[in-house]
Amino acid sequence: MTRRERSVDVLVVGAGPAGLGAAAALAASGVRRVEVLEREQTAGGIPRHCHHKGFGSRRTSGGISGPEYARRSAAAATGAGAVLRTGITVTGWAGPRILDTTGPGGLERITARTVVLATGARERPRSARLVPGTRPAGVYTTGELQQAVHLHHQHIGSRAVIVGDEPVADAAAGTLRAAGVEVVARVTDRPPVRPAALEPLHSAPLLTRTAVTALTGRPRLTGVAVRHEDGRTTTLPCDTVVFTGDWIPEHELARRAGLPLDAGTRGPAHDAAYRTGEPGVFAVGNVLHGVESAGTAAAEGRALAVPVLRHLATGDWPADRPAVAVAAPLEWITPNLIGPGDDRPLGDRFILRTGRSLTAPLLVVRQDGVELHRRRLLRPARPGRPFHLPAGWLDRADPHGGTVHVSLD
Amino acid sequence: MTQPVTVTTAGDPLPELPGGAPYDVTVIGAGVVGTAIARALAHHPVRTALVEASDDIGDGTSKANTAILHTGFDAVPGSLEARLVREGQRKLAAYAAGTGIPVERVGALLVAWDAGQLAALPALLAKAEANGYHAARLLDADEVAEREPHLGPGALGALEVPDESVICPWTTPLAFATQAVRAGVHLHLDCRVGRIEPAPDHHTLTTGRGPLRTRYLINAAGLHADEIDRQFGHDHFTVTPRRGQLIVFDKLARDLVRHILLPVPTAAGKGVLVAPTVFGNVLLGPTAEELDDKTATESTQEGIALLREKGRRILPRLLDEEVTAVYAGLRAATGHEDYRIQAHPGLNYIAVGGIRSTGLTASMAIADHVTALLADTGLALGTPVALEPLTMPGLGETGERPCLDAGLIARDPAYGTLVCHCERVTEGEIRDALRSTLPPRSVAGLARRTRAGNGRCQGFSCGAGLRARIEEGSRT
Ligand SMILES: Cc1cc2nc3c(=O)[nH]c(=O)nc-3n(C[C@H](O)[C@H](O)[C@H](O)COP(=O)(O)OP(=O)(O)OC[C@H]3O[C@@H](n4cnc5c(N)ncnc54)[C@H](O)[C@@H]3O)c2cc1C
Ligand SMILES: Cc1cc2nc3c(=O)[nH]c(=O)nc-3n(C[C@H](O)[C@H](O)[C@H](O)COP(=O)(O)OP(=O)(O)OC[C@H]3O[C@@H](n4cnc5c(N)ncnc54)[C@H](O)[C@@H]3O)c2cc1C
Repeated sequence: MTRRERSVDVLVVGAGPAGLGAAAALAASGVRRVEVLEREQTAGGIPRHCHHKGFGSRRTSGGISGPEYARRSAAAATGAGAVLRTGITVTGWAGPRILDTTGPGGLERITARTVVLATGARERPRSARLVPGTRPAGVYTTGELQQAVHLHHQHIGSRAVIVGDEPVADAAAGTLRAAGVEVVARVTDRPPVRPAALEPLHSAPLLTRTAVTALTGRPRLTGVAVRHEDGRTTTLPCDTVVFTGDWIPEHELARRAGLPLDAGTRGPAHDAAYRTGEPGVFAVGNVLHGVESAGTAAAEGRALAVPVLRHLATGDWPADRPAVAVAAPLEWITPNLIGPGDDRPLGDRFILRTGRSLTAPLLVVRQDGVELHRRRLLRPARPGRPFHLPAGWLDRADPHGGTVHVSLD
Repeated sequence: MTQPVTVTTAGDPLPELPGGAPYDVTVIGAGVVGTAIARALAHHPVRTALVEASDDIGDGTSKANTAILHTGFDAVPGSLEARLVREGQRKLAAYAAGTGIPVERVGALLVAWDAGQLAALPALLAKAEANGYHAARLLDADEVAEREPHLGPGALGALEVPDESVICPWTTPLAFATQAVRAGVHLHLDCRVGRIEPAPDHHTLTTGRGPLRTRYLINAAGLHADEIDRQFGHDHFTVTPRRGQLIVFDKLARDLVRHILLPVPTAAGKGVLVAPTVFGNVLLGPTAEELDDKTATESTQEGIALLREKGRRILPRLLDEEVTAVYAGLRAATGHEDYRIQAHPGLNYIAVGGIRSTGLTASMAIADHVTALLADTGLALGTPVALEPLTMPGLGETGERPCLDAGLIARDPAYGTLVCHCERVTEGEIRDALRSTLPPRSVAGLARRTRAGNGRCQGFSCGAGLRARIEEGSRT
C-alpha cells in the first residue's frame, strides 16, 4: 500500500458551482487549508458544457455563459486561497472524514477535519427510466448531448425528440438547434402547464400526457413510440432522442459512507446548516436535491462558511434530529432535517417539488399532531420546478420531537 | 511462436492463401462457441478461418446472457449437454484462473417459496448427484434467512449449490479469439456467409466480402445454425429463439445479495433469478418467451413488469435501487432437450446447433468435442502445440482495479486518470483496448472490453468523451 497520506482542514469533493462556492467562502473567511478535488480535467461542474447564457446575474443582463461562469467560479475559489486540484477522483472512504483518491500523480489518503460533499446530480438515463425497446445509437441525456456538441463537436443526427418539459429540456432544445438538429417533438407524460397558444413560437409541438413506450431501430434509432393517456399510440420518426430532467443526486460517496439519505430527494438528509448524518460531513448543491439553478447551488456553497467555521471551532454535531417529510403529490423538501439552534435555510425558505400541477396549494406543517403552520401559496406549483415554503414556523418546531410532516390540505 | 495477426474487416479483401489453397477449416460464427472452437484448432497446424457477420466477436447471444458458470447440477442426466457443461465448467474455471477472466464463486441457492417447491428439492438434490455433483445440500428456512438476510418473506428452504459461479461473459470469447488470432487463425469480421456450395474437395462460401474456400466447415452460427445446416440439404433442426430479458441493477445494490438466487425449476423453464455479476451489479431475469424473429432482442413493457414483480418477491429492496441497463438475449432453442452437435464425415462438415442456455459454460468442452469429431471426420490435425499464454485485463470488481494500483500508476500515469467515473475505467485501460489485438470498433465494443460507459450514468458524464476516443482510435 503506497498511498500518500495528507491532511487538510476542509476537503471539498466536487468543483461545481456548489463546491467552488463553498471553497471560496471558506478560504475567504480564514480557513487555512481548503482543498477542492475534481475528477474532471476542468473545474466548474455542469456549467462547463452549458453554452447558453443565463448563469450568474440572470435577472439583469441575461447572465454569462456556463463555461465563463465555470471559469469565474474556479478563479474566485483559488483567488480566495483554496487549493483546486482537477483530474483527481475520490474513490472511497478509509474512515470517517478520511478519503482515498486516484489521480495521475498516484494514490492519496486525505484526512480532513471537515468533508464537504458537492458531487452534484445527473439525469436518469433511458435504462433507469425502464423505457423498453431496442438499444440503438442516438439516445442521449442532456448532459451527454451538451458535451457531445459543445466539448467534442460531434455529429448528432437530423431529427430529434425531447423527453421532458423542465427548463433543462429547453437547454437540450437549444443545444440541438445549435448542432443543426431539427426538434420534431417534445414529449411529457404530464398535463400541459400553459395553454398551447402561449407556447413559445417556433418550438416543436409539445405532446402532453404522453408516455414514451418504446424505442425502435437498430443499429440507429428510427423512432420513439408514445402512448397518450387516452390510449392513442403513435411512433415519432426520429434518429435522436434526448431524455431530460428526472434527476438523481450523485450520491455514491454519501451512500458508501452510510449517510442516511432522504427518501424523497435521494440525496443525504441534511439540516439548514448542511450537516448530514455523519459528524463533520457536510453536503451542498445538487447532491442534496437534484437540479436547482447554478445560482442556488453556489449560494448553498457560500452559506456553508458559517456552519463549517463553527464546526471547526467547536466540533459540535447534533445527534438525532427530526426529519421533515412530505406526502404525495409532494415529492421532496429540502432541508429535510430540523437542526438544533437557530440556523435558517437559504433565503429563509424550504424548497419543494410536486409531482403534479397545483394551483394555489394550501400547505400544512404538523409535528406530533400539532399544526405549526398553514398557508396558501399565491402562485401555482408545477412539476420539475422549485416552489417554496417560508421557514417562519421553524422556531415552533421541537428539535427533540417527532417527524415534521408537510402536506397539502 | 507468435504468428502474424490476420483480422480483416469491411472494405478489406479476404486474404489469398499461399498457392491459392483453401482454408483447412472454417468456423462460421464468432460467438463464445465459435471462438472456443477456433482457439482449440489454433493448437494444430491447420489453416483456420473464423468468419463473423458482425463487426465484433461475441456480438450475438454471447454478449447478452446471465453470465453464470454452471455446475450442471440440474442438467438432463446422460445428455451430451450434461457432460459438456460439467467438463466445460472445470475447463473454463481453470482457463479463467490462468488468463484473468473474472470469476466469482458465490454459490447458488434454489429457494423454495411454497410447499410444492420445498417438496421438489430432494429430487433436485438426487438429480445433482446423478450428474456427478456431490456438494449440494438442503438448507432449512433459518439457514436460508441467515445466508440471505434481505430475502423477501416466506422462503421455506433451499438447495445450496456451492460451486455455481458468476463469470465475465465478454472477456471469455475475447480471450478465446485473441489467443486464436495470435496463434495464426484468420478472423474475418463484417463477413456474413450467404450461399454455401458444398463439394467433396472444398466448400465455397459466398460472403459479403467475396468467396471463401474451405476443406472443412464448422457451423457455430448460433441462432442461424439451422439455416447454414439446410444448405447441406439437411432438415435436422429448426432454431426458434427464446428471448430472455434482464434488468441490471446498480452496484449500490450489490450488498443486498450474496448468492445466485435460483427459482425451483418448473415445467415452464428455469425461471427468473437474482444474481450478482462479476462487475459488482445485480441481475434480475431472464424471461422466457418463444418467438419466431431471430432479431427480436428488444425489451418490452410486459417483460420488464414481469421481472419487477418476480424480483419484488425475491429481494424486495432491490426494486428501490437504480437500474443501469435493460437488455435481452435469444437462446437458440430447437425443441429438443439437448445440444445438436453432429458430424457429417462424408460432407466434411460439423453442425454445432442448439447450444441453448449453457453455451458459455460448456464452450471449451464443446470445442474439444468438436475438435475430436473433426479428427474423426478425416482431417489430420497433427500434434497439438501449446498456445502462448494470455493475460486479459481484469474487469472484475473484486480484482485489482488499475485505478487502485499505486505501482501501476507510478509506471504509467494514464492508469490514474479516470474517464468513466461510474465504472472507474482509466485512460490507460481505454488506450490498451484500442491498441489490443482485437480493438473495439464501437462504444458498445469498448464497453465490453473495459466496462467504460456501462455504469449508472450511462454516458451522462463520459459518453461523449468515449465516442471521441473511439473515433480517434479508428482514424489512427
Ligand atoms: C444540462 C443542464 C443545464 C443546466 N442549465 C442551467 C442554466 O441555464 N442556468 C442555471 O443556473 N443552472 C443550470 N443548470 C443547473 C446547474 O448546472 C446546476 O445547478 C449546478 O451545476 C449544480 O452545481 P453542483 O456544484 O451542485 O453540481 P455539479 O455542477 O454537478 O458539480 C459536481 C462536481 O462534482 C464532481 N464530482 C462528483 N463526484 C466526484 C468524486 N467522487 N471525486 C471528484 N469529483 C467529483 C463532478 O465531476 C462535478 O464537476 C443546468 C444543469 C444541467 C444538467
Ligand atoms: C438470456 C440468456 C441467459 C443465458 N444464461 C447463460 C448462463 O448463465 N450461462 C451459460 O453458460 N450460458 C447462458 N446462456 C447461453 C449462452 O449465452 C449461449 O449458449 C451462447 O452464447 C451461445 O454461443 P454461440 O457462439 O453458439 O452463439 P452466438 O453468440 O449467437 O454466436 C453466433 C455468431 O454467429 C454469427 N453468425 C450467424 N450467422 C452467420 C452467418 N451466416 N455468417 C457469419 N456469421 C454468422 C452471429 O453474428 C453470432 O455472432 C444464456 C443465454 C441467454 C439468451
